[in-house]
Amino acid sequence: MSRIVFSLTLAATALSAGLALAQAPDQADQIIRGRYQAILGDCAACHTAPEAKPLSGGLPLETPFGQIIPPNITPDKATGIGNWTEADFRSALKTGIGHDGKRLYPAMPYPAYTKMTDRDIGNLWSYLRTVDPVFNPVEANQLPFPFNIRLSMMGWNMLNFTLGEFQPDPSKSAEWNRGAYIVQGPGHCGTCHSPKTALGADETSEPLQGGSLQGWYAPNITGNSYVGIGSWSEEEIVRYLKTGTNGHTIASGPMAEAIQASTSLMTDADVHAIATYLKSTEGGPTQKPQPIPASDARMKVGAAIYHDTCSACHGGDGKGANQLFPALAGSSIVQQPSAETLTRLVLQGSQAVHTPEAKTTPAMPSLGWRLTDAQVAAVLTYVRNSWGNAAPSVGASDIGAQR
Amino acid sequence: MTTILPRKDAVIVGLGWTGAILAHELTEDGLDVVAIERGPWRDTATDFNIGYAQDELRYGIRRDLFLQPAVEAMTMRNNTSQTALPMRDYGSFLPGNGVGGAGVHWNGHTWRFWDSDFQIADHLRDRYGATRIQDLQLQNWGVTGAEMEKSFDRFEYLAGISGRAGNINGRIQEGGNPFEDPRSRDYPLPPLQMTYAPTLFAEVTRSLNLHPFPTPAANLSKDYINPLGIAMGQCTMCGFCERFGCANYSKSSAQTTILPVLMKKKNFEVRTDSEVLHVDLDVSKNHARGVTYVNTSGEEFFQPADIVLLCAYGLHNVRLMMLSGIGEIYDPNTGEGTVGRNYCYQTNAGAQVFFDDKNFNPFVAAGALGQTVDDFNGDAFDHGPLDFVGGAGINCIPSNGRPIQTRPTPPGTPRWGSDWKKATVKSYKSTLGFSSQGSSYPTRGNYLDLDPTYTDRFGRPLLRFTFDFPDNDIRMSNWVSDRMEEIAKAFGGRQYTNTRRKKGWDSVPYQSTHNTGGAIMGTDPKTSAVNKYLQSWDVANVFVIGASAFAHNAGKNPTGTVGALAYHTADAIRQQYLRNPGQPLVSA
Repeated sequence: MSRIVFSLTLAATALSAGLALAQAPDQADQIIRGRYQAILGDCAACHTAPEAKPLSGGLPLETPFGQIIPPNITPDKATGIGNWTEADFRSALKTGIGHDGKRLYPAMPYPAYTKMTDRDIGNLWSYLRTVDPVFNPVEANQLPFPFNIRLSMMGWNMLNFTLGEFQPDPSKSAEWNRGAYIVQGPGHCGTCHSPKTALGADETSEPLQGGSLQGWYAPNITGNSYVGIGSWSEEEIVRYLKTGTNGHTIASGPMAEAIQASTSLMTDADVHAIATYLKSTEGGPTQKPQPIPASDARMKVGAAIYHDTCSACHGGDGKGANQLFPALAGSSIVQQPSAETLTRLVLQGSQAVHTPEAKTTPAMPSLGWRLTDAQVAAVLTYVRNSWGNAAPSVGASDIGAQR
Repeated sequence: MTTILPRKDAVIVGLGWTGAILAHELTEDGLDVVAIERGPWRDTATDFNIGYAQDELRYGIRRDLFLQPAVEAMTMRNNTSQTALPMRDYGSFLPGNGVGGAGVHWNGHTWRFWDSDFQIADHLRDRYGATRIQDLQLQNWGVTGAEMEKSFDRFEYLAGISGRAGNINGRIQEGGNPFEDPRSRDYPLPPLQMTYAPTLFAEVTRSLNLHPFPTPAANLSKDYINPLGIAMGQCTMCGFCERFGCANYSKSSAQTTILPVLMKKKNFEVRTDSEVLHVDLDVSKNHARGVTYVNTSGEEFFQPADIVLLCAYGLHNVRLMMLSGIGEIYDPNTGEGTVGRNYCYQTNAGAQVFFDDKNFNPFVAAGALGQTVDDFNGDAFDHGPLDFVGGAGINCIPSNGRPIQTRPTPPGTPRWGSDWKKATVKSYKSTLGFSSQGSSYPTRGNYLDLDPTYTDRFGRPLLRFTFDFPDNDIRMSNWVSDRMEEIAKAFGGRQYTNTRRKKGWDSVPYQSTHNTGGAIMGTDPKTSAVNKYLQSWDVANVFVIGASAFAHNAGKNPTGTVGALAYHTADAIRQQYLRNPGQPLVSA
């Protein structure tokens, strides 16, 4: 027994001696890779509040079950994760069980992060150790009873969680597999874009087919050419993820933030891989319904409002203007089953993000002060059923609910 | 108590066209720059919301975007024998207010002044003799047209100007302005699609052997991405440019061409709602330490800086120099002093033609959508047998058909009541207007100084105008009005009117916000306030950028030349001044 301890000590001494010389560059490399993992995973989106120090805790997330505040994940010992070990961190990402066996809520997308490779998680950990520690106490759990009982997540996991690393599909290309890995794993696209079950889990039978959260509807991002992104070329998907704008649409809401902090900073190869993978996915209705006829009373009202208020930018033909005003004709965003995002855009407005390739940051003005619920409903019904578009009508009560 | 702030490399007073250009250029060199803006922050989506941007009562009549006299008034008189009185409201001209400045509410006419303007004294003396210009205080600007070409080009490409070149590298271009100086390349965008009135104007003037061409416009004829990577949209011709912000990203302004990039820079910051009281000089009076400003809570700050750039509206630049003791204030009796010298304006006149059988749809319009004839502008024609110098562009630019203010009626129509209503219905669509925009040449007695009586809310003296239209300019305008009458007759309408410019400048009716001079550029520190790089002769780390630098005003809108001067100055600072800071770029 003592011999074993002795030889281990020897080995450790040899290792630490070498660390100062040969391993320092490796470690730097690891940290740089880890930093890129933080971009892929967009940790800052939730864990950094506006104007706050990086990763020192975020703004409250509104879930159907109550509020959760993304915690401080800087290496501060008192209020961050300074006391965590790499094993704690690995376990949190892989199983949703953190330091001291504390169970995380799946607002932290461990059901996606479980697919990450050990190497990527290790690198991410190395990077997080280098972030400036910030003293900022955050009580993540703001949920009401009974959801505030963390142990309840044990049952949730049994029902909703599948442990396990991403398994590549050998029949597909390396690029496709890389894309699938990012989308399903670190990129956790489904956390917003997959519909949710009653328990708030991703509806695994309908991945990436669109979901509602925080007052936005994250659209279908499968290769479906009616409601998904099937009509976009791979280049257009890449341009969207890199710049937030691609002629078809301009990112708004949480996606605008994700583009600014994450996808615009990804390598070109990774963004292409994501596009390749997304184009290959399927889901959602493929048959367009019959559009509501132009003779419909709501359509007539909507047309009048559109021509007064919207057409100056989006064009009489709904074609918009590249980089400045998104096209409405043929837009899958416009034709989502839910008009939640459209309603929000009309009521509150939205501003494009600033990316190195698209600097203009044009904005949709707020029109909620000007249009009644019925008028917003009419104009949305009109744009959803004009120029070849077809989607369910929007009711005035849907608008009122979002004011 | 004054709070002393951390030092900056450069402080900019006013964030309009020139402030934004200078801020962008200097931050590109890594300078740490702060702009201090008297008015509010303004942004397209929030401030020029498509739902109310075209509110004529709010913006056109109540003048929401403009400087209000409660913030700063000015006093005026026509000559030194009178006592100047404060303008109770702005009328004859309307300075801007807030981020973007007057570049927010302009129409978008974007001209280049000519080499014969920049070297006007030499040019006219050589051509007509010294006695012809002896009553005028005409001076060379210290630059040549060729020297300014690069800067004009940069401003036009920044702003996405729509137009047709008339002279590319000396080759006259069909359909452009044959009288313009050579340019290195065409405009970035083709001309706007013409509406009927300017189309007809072009036909008629061409039949009179004149040379109409599309007015160069900062209303975009096509979608455009400028050299900074900022996208702009095609103009929808809504007819709400002058006095209005553009809701469609279609009119060039600091907002639509520079700010999206500038505001993201870590070495740039703007402080709005903060009014600069004066530039602080050191005891030698030839070095500026920074500026003192006050915010809307009345708190006073001192912002130290190595370079001070006055980029406010030209009139405010002049007043700030006077309030700060930069240079000597001009005295018309002795001709000494330079600050306030050569204040000029614009000598305009108008004509209207009333038709029975035409429909011009005047509401389909843009601020600079029209046709111009330059045959009688500047020195494009021989003044040998005439009794004046200078000239005017003749413009048919029906910029709007707005319901409150655009109500053309023929002479003899009552000003109100049912007959007036009938006449406006009859004339609204069927009236064509065109105007002359005439040069304004300096005289010894037209100048700016500080009012001895009236002060602003901080107790600082108001700016005083002493101005009337010089006899030379009245003769010029009348002669051009004769030419306009010939054009008006050739239209063959039912009747026409011809409103001539008369002596006696009146500060009440709107005329033009083209106030120039007062801190003019030149070659001699005895007769100019700034050198050819717009650097103060007296305080070498102060630059004064704007139409305040114009040694006279041509028969053209000033913004194109103001933008070019901003680039010209920025280049001089970046390429020369920063290598040897604090030193004059031109030795006196």
